[in-house]
Amino acid sequence: MSLRRVVGWSGELLVTLGVLLLLFAAWQLWWTDVVADRAQTQIVQSLEDEFARGTAAPVGDNGIPAAIGEDGAFAVVRIPRFGDDFARPVIEGTDRPVLALGVGHYVGTAGPGQVGNFAVAGHRTTYGRPFHDVDQLVDGDRVVVETAAQVYVYEVTSREIVRPGDVEVIAPVPDEPGTAPTEAVLTMTSCHPKYSATERFVVHGRLVETVPRAQWVPSRWLTAATEG
Amino acid sequence: MYAALWRLLPGPGWARAVQCLVLALVVVAICFTWVFPAVSPLLPFTDSTVGP
Repeated sequence: MSLRRVVGWSGELLVTLGVLLLLFAAWQLWWTDVVADRAQTQIVQSLEDEFARGTAAPVGDNGIPAAIGEDGAFAVVRIPRFGDDFARPVIEGTDRPVLALGVGHYVGTAGPGQVGNFAVAGHRTTYGRPFHDVDQLVDGDRVVVETAAQVYVYEVTSREIVRPGDVEVIAPVPDEPGTAPTEAVLTMTSCHPKYSATERFVVHGRLVETVPRAQWVPSRWLTAATEG
Repeated sequence: MYAALWRLLPGPGWARAVQCLVLALVVVAICFTWVFPAVSPLLPFTDSTVGP
């Protein structure tokens, strides 16, 4: 094969590789959002239907249904700061496939409304990016967790940026591993900075109100604490 | 490489162009469905959990 042909072929190969890389970026940054948004909206809808019909699985002692449906979703999280209609499913587990379908609940941490730390993880970018604006949350912002029987209202109390290995943020008492919990708190983790995985953005909150589903009036609670 | 592909495809110019377009779409579909989802976990852009 002549040198001319070798150069020609390798040039075409490099251009092809470049196009494939651009395609990958488009898939990761755009297509995963399209697919995940569709799936997550659908899961929220079917959860809400189950809650309304009263057909959701009963909740065990740990605040999580003993038998969770096929997709593993058992609650809906609403954060008015992220938009009036922001609603994402909470799914048991934090594996990669789970986080593509919603917000993942760290296995072994407290259930919604339970004493201890109800810890969840969500994507900051891609796959529907439920926690894209997690850095916008300020003290007093509400995080509402809807389950079959109760609606739990948490309020944001603090934020921190930690390293990926700092598991003490999801301890029963955040940042105090080994201490027995007396309060019901919430922890949300996401990646930081955006499009990177070098750090984690962590938001803590505490339970301020538990409302039985029958008395739940969305308009009373689903507004941002402060405007801005 | 692409010149060889062009010569291999049958039919007049417009038919070859259509075949090229279909082939390109097939490649994109395969990438979106299988290749990219398999590659993504190997890249460190989307980790959002804390863990040891």
